[in-house]
Amino acid sequence: MNPVWIIVIVVALLVLFVIFMFNRLVRLRNEVTNAWAQIDVQLKRRHDLIPNLIETVRGYMKHERETLEAVTEARTRAMNAKDISEKIEAEKGLMGTLIRLFAVAENYPDLKASTNFLALQEELASTENKISFARQYYNDTVYRYNTATQVFPANIIAGIFGFKAGTFFTVENEAERAAPKVSF
Amino acid sequence: MYELVRANKIRSAALTLFMALILFLVSYAIAEYAVPGSGYIGVLIGFVLWIILTLISFYAGPSIYLALGHARKIKKEDNPRLFNIVEEMTIASGLPKMPDVYIIEDPMPNAFATGRNPKVSAIAVTTGLLQIMNRDELQGVIAHEMAHVKNRDVLYMLVVGIMVGVITILADLFVRGFLYGRRSRSASKAPAQAQAIILIVGIIVIVLSPIIARIVYLAISRKREYLADASAALFTRYPEGLASALEKIEAFVQNAPPRLLKANATLAPMYIVNPLTAKKKRDSLFSTHPSTENRIRILRGMGGASFVDYNAAYKKIIGKAEDLIKVDKEGGEGTVSVRSPSGEEVDKKVLSREAMDTLWKSMDYQFITCSCGLKFKIPPTFKGDRIVCPRCGTVHDV
Repeated sequence: MNPVWIIVIVVALLVLFVIFMFNRLVRLRNEVTNAWAQIDVQLKRRHDLIPNLIETVRGYMKHERETLEAVTEARTRAMNAKDISEKIEAEKGLMGTLIRLFAVAENYPDLKASTNFLALQEELASTENKISFARQYYNDTVYRYNTATQVFPANIIAGIFGFKAGTFFTVENEAERAAPKVSF
Repeated sequence: MYELVRANKIRSAALTLFMALILFLVSYAIAEYAVPGSGYIGVLIGFVLWIILTLISFYAGPSIYLALGHARKIKKEDNPRLFNIVEEMTIASGLPKMPDVYIIEDPMPNAFATGRNPKVSAIAVTTGLLQIMNRDELQGVIAHEMAHVKNRDVLYMLVVGIMVGVITILADLFVRGFLYGRRSRSASKAPAQAQAIILIVGIIVIVLSPIIARIVYLAISRKREYLADASAALFTRYPEGLASALEKIEAFVQNAPPRLLKANATLAPMYIVNPLTAKKKRDSLFSTHPSTENRIRILRGMGGASFVDYNAAYKKIIGKAEDLIKVDKEGGEGTVSVRSPSGEEVDKKVLSREAMDTLWKSMDYQFITCSCGLKFKIPPTFKGDRIVCPRCGTVHDV
């Protein structure tokens, strides 16, 4: 066989290989973006549930204005948060006010028996789970993407085309991670 | 996880090919037996039959399975808790679309998944399951079913399951024909002895193939049950949820009268615990599932929630040297910590009522609660526009 042909075939195979690697990295990077969007969807869902919750609770908890206002304020803060770290902080604050609200609700048996309230409680508890599962999936995806960009030979392609490592969504405080899971 | 899906796809393809070979071999042998020299026509007929049945199972299979189980589709309002759990597991598993949710009226706690790909799938649970499981347990069961969808096991059950069925039917037809009929032998020039040998080999192939097909199919089916358990532990980060759910199912099975352990034979292997063979304690070549006891012990023996942890527990409890799941760098080679239980307290009565209400709601019954506390369930066939409470006499609009 003509040596020129051999070279052509080798180059063609190499190009195909690079294309394959590149597409794989793009796919993984898109997955990371999607996984992040999932977290946002769930955070937004929590924000959307709160006005409804306040409305339901208000009739029963006439003397808990401060608790209710704290939730509303925390929600506004969370919705206006700009960068990621601010967002994480604000969401944590919102979470805290919600826990307080549900703790106070324990003192109102009528409220606790209301089907509307029970339904909202289920929705909020589940949204909380969804946020943590979305975070879990996001971190898994980032791990996969990062590993894919670091192993040889994909790391060369990642370097050439500028695939940057993804950031994990971690809870900075170890104590917080160890804290028992919240159930409303 | 994702490498696992890829490996599963390759293995499924190889298995489908293997089953196709057995199918062609059987069709060839039968045709050759009926009319010597017509083996190739037999293969052609076998091929056409297989294509038709595969297409039917691919497109109609999920709805056929759901119909066999008398499953009814439910909406979020029918059982928000169940729906939320399915949504949670969809997110945890990273499926592109949430499976449809179905309910089956059956006192045995059980569940199954079906579908043709992650975009077209369904999960069905029995009322018995909803009646006795707390949130963590239900989550474990749903995660197991979700894993069957994610790992492409549902497609495997559809396509390969059908092939095993076709092979069995063909062999069965042959055996009947062999017993009742005389074959029309045209004048053949081959020596009688050689013919006899071919005849015997042919019969052996035909009789053995359904058995071999079934054994291979079931060995893989058992392995996939383990895989789904491992995936469920990873999705939920809480192996104890599924372990405890399996334990409750096992307790039900051991105490229930046999009349309650019924299911359609086609559907039975797809349940999280096979109702028809659930009472047997040990694995055999013909079990569709590994023994529930072993599954529980492995889940409880896990040091964390990752595949690595599952492998370690599996090796220790089953006593095998090789890993069950091949783990690679991207899937994560370390252990993953387990989360704490949700700590939700459940009232058995409330759960029981919720489960039955879900069923009523799935049948479009309307619910009205009277001020005196009485609850009406109004069937969709109800014609009038008002109803009088039999206890306090209040009139309600329907």
